[in-house]
Amino acid sequence: MTHIVVDPITRIEGHLRIEAEVDGGKVTDAWSSATMFRGIEIILKGRDPRDAWVFTQRICGVCTTVHAIASIRAVENAVGANPPPNARLLRNLIMSAQAVQDHVVHFYHLHALDWVDVVSALSADPTKTASLAQSISDWPLSSATYFTGVRDRLKTFVNRGQLGPFANAYWGHPAYKLPPEANLMAVAHYLEALDFQRKFIRIHAILGGKNPHLQSFLVGGMATPVDPDSQASLNIGTIAALRELIAKGRDFVTRVYIPDVIAVGGFYKDWTHYGAGVGNFLAYGEYPEGDDSEPRLFLPRGVIHARNITRIEPMIPEKITEQVKHSWYNYDGGDDKGLHPFKGETNPAYTGPTPPYDRLNTDEKYSWLKSPRYDGQPMEVGPLARMLVAYGSGQQRVKELVGKVLTALGAGPEALFSTLGRLAARAIETQVLIEKMDDWVTALAESMARRDYRIQDNSKWDPASWPKECYGAGFHEAPRGALGHWVHIQDGAIVNYQCVVPSTWNAGPRDSAGQRGPYESALVGTPIAKPDQPLEILRTVHSFDPCMACGVHVVDARRRELARVRVV
Amino acid sequence: MAREQSWLLDELKRRGISRREFLGFCAKMAAILALPSSAAGAIAKAVATGDKPILVWLEFQDCCGNTESFLRATRPTVAEIILDTFSVNYHETLMAAAGHQAEAALNQTVAGHPGQYIAVIEGSIPTGKNGAYCTIGGKSALQIAREVCGAAAATVAVGTCAAFGGIPAARPNPTGAVAVGDAVPDVKNLINLSACPMNAENITALLVYYLTVKQWPPLDQYRRPLFAYGKFIHDNCERRAHFDAGQYVEMWGDPAHRQGHCLYKMGCKGPATSQNCPVVRWNEATNWPIGCGHPCVGCAEPNFWDTMTPFYRRLPNVPGFGVGSNLDRIGIGAAAVVAAASLAHGIGEIVRHRVGTKPSDSDRPSGDKK
Repeated sequence: MTHIVVDPITRIEGHLRIEAEVDGGKVTDAWSSATMFRGIEIILKGRDPRDAWVFTQRICGVCTTVHAIASIRAVENAVGANPPPNARLLRNLIMSAQAVQDHVVHFYHLHALDWVDVVSALSADPTKTASLAQSISDWPLSSATYFTGVRDRLKTFVNRGQLGPFANAYWGHPAYKLPPEANLMAVAHYLEALDFQRKFIRIHAILGGKNPHLQSFLVGGMATPVDPDSQASLNIGTIAALRELIAKGRDFVTRVYIPDVIAVGGFYKDWTHYGAGVGNFLAYGEYPEGDDSEPRLFLPRGVIHARNITRIEPMIPEKITEQVKHSWYNYDGGDDKGLHPFKGETNPAYTGPTPPYDRLNTDEKYSWLKSPRYDGQPMEVGPLARMLVAYGSGQQRVKELVGKVLTALGAGPEALFSTLGRLAARAIETQVLIEKMDDWVTALAESMARRDYRIQDNSKWDPASWPKECYGAGFHEAPRGALGHWVHIQDGAIVNYQCVVPSTWNAGPRDSAGQRGPYESALVGTPIAKPDQPLEILRTVHSFDPCMACGVHVVDARRRELARVRVV
Repeated sequence: MAREQSWLLDELKRRGISRREFLGFCAKMAAILALPSSAAGAIAKAVATGDKPILVWLEFQDCCGNTESFLRATRPTVAEIILDTFSVNYHETLMAAAGHQAEAALNQTVAGHPGQYIAVIEGSIPTGKNGAYCTIGGKSALQIAREVCGAAAATVAVGTCAAFGGIPAARPNPTGAVAVGDAVPDVKNLINLSACPMNAENITALLVYYLTVKQWPPLDQYRRPLFAYGKFIHDNCERRAHFDAGQYVEMWGDPAHRQGHCLYKMGCKGPATSQNCPVVRWNEATNWPIGCGHPCVGCAEPNFWDTMTPFYRRLPNVPGFGVGSNLDRIGIGAAAVVAAASLAHGIGEIVRHRVGTKPSDSDRPSGDKK
């Protein structure tokens, strides 16, 4: 039995530590710990609810926009504001652009190096690489000359002797299975994807002023004026620019990202047997297609228990609770039962070792994440949850693409419940969204043609128009999964604010019943070839696309304990 | 040196960048840095002939937004050269190694190149609970910052959290978060690139500045480079003419909003914020917040989360000027231009004084101390 610690888990957002027991070449148990805490919800207390989205957006700069969206929806829900259709369309475009960009960056820049051996690419034959590339896609950058250039560039870099971010990695590890030519192709696309992410996200600059941390949201709508006859508003030139960026993005997703996922997956089919996780899935759904209080969602809402995708259950927000049995917080009524976010209380109470430390006491509290539960059960959230709920709900395009990818991998639907299944689901979602974005641009253009200038529900802008006391919840499907914000407002100020976040769902510690969180559960059974180089742990953890700054938060309405925390 | 120069030219060629484009980039950098155009040649030479200096990038109480911003540098392929021009030995979001191997990369750099590497810090540093609010590899951010920044040739604090404490340090500062300059008292050559996040253009410009003239740029009282923070947003704003003319947005989506009038009444903090957003803009110079119709929130200023909020409340009255009551008359007449300029600076000073900036910030000598 070997106890291993991986800290820091790199190529993620934030600070994550994994401790694991390894026996007989497999992980037999695992613990997930978030090691950073800021307390943004405490900081929100007493502030103007219209400012909250600016604060919450800073929960994460990788998932920029997502906490802004959830926040404005929560406050709108509380005060009764109704954003007009233009605002819905702009938000859909911003959210989908974020998902597409984020998924591509995750695959190439955060996850690929778990599957791709960069050093092996040095010995690739560019002609063979060209054959491989041309066999899977008609993407034009695929000649032997092109790949020779990439290989030589890599050689130049290595020969200079300063490996920088590629130093000290697990190159040559026996778990790397790609032939040299596939590695070289992947390295080329790693570099191309750097260009893609920067250019594609200009959609956010057009609609939000800048990225990261867009600055065009408003409680009640959007701050970007729409007027086809003004140079200071979103106009027909904007429509053309959006169309161009979306077309180029679609080209890259369809001809590079999807073929790469299928090609890489083909070499790692054994990873459809590892990393299954808890088997329960939660999706809030996203992309409203109408403006009433219960609009149709392009990606549906629902809950799956025990992998039963033939039965999509309705999502009931009252069933959401958070537990702190193994989290560095205390509950007034005892740490054994969960609390709904509206009644959430969080009293930070660090009981871990004083740094510097080597081991956490995982029998006690061991993470700054709470343990969210739905009806008492741990739930996986994210692209896999969304695609499974969409599949089970009969979403036509999702069904087609899931079928196509499974056929290409020669696998059945059960293969989706795995490390590799998460990669596939993320790619499928990217394709579905990049195809859909054009529809929202078209709808925006039609709105301009009607001279519909409305971007904001100004009737609820003045806090004097709000109820004296109100509560609201805002739901969003962030790239990494189901995100909810809950707000309590009194006399125009925030009394309580709480976020239950995708990475809290996925990366949270054990609950009071001893049930593992999704990361912990997924790691059990993962093969480990070399305990001192736990590449396989990275594969499964990265398949969830961890985002720890998002996951860690703290909330409490009645801040008695705050003073205690503040002294330091 | 000839070998290295040819390395760069090879790199340029491989990346499909002509010499002309590269010199164009250098000229643009010179413009951002407010250097004479003749400096472009010197920049090209410096980038081409320098050894790869070492850079380590640490993340503490951060959101990764500055890293993301860094990835969006405007002239992409050339920015990659800047990345390759530096040896980035540690960056948790980008590096392949994890766990012990990642720690080793950092330790080897600090022990093997003391006084020779540049530390880039993203995020604030918590001092509460013996540092338990942020640990990496079991060590506290405070301990890591002191070890790494203490032995660095220079430290660049990227984003408002690292530069000034930022959002974790906002009232009531639950974790005792502080800026890098406060966490590491003996830090050498500290440069603050504030804003939330910092604009990628400004760190690229800073690094090129260092490579070119072998010293760090002159700084303002908050240790921010004058080339990026030397003017108020209001002074360079494309909507300034509307301010001077008394044309203001009154409500979201109204005709004035659609016509791009001044956002002052909607709470714009541009008159009190020093940053080059209006000139450099964002994401390949595509746009900037005011350009898309939303007020500036003042994100480059110390304590802006407390001093610039509520974000939609207009900046306070300036004694003797009567902004609130006489706003619509300000823009009338030639005198208004002068008046408005002093208004802008006046508000800036008021906000700053209200913040109660620590004297230690301005007492520190700026520029190229060694």
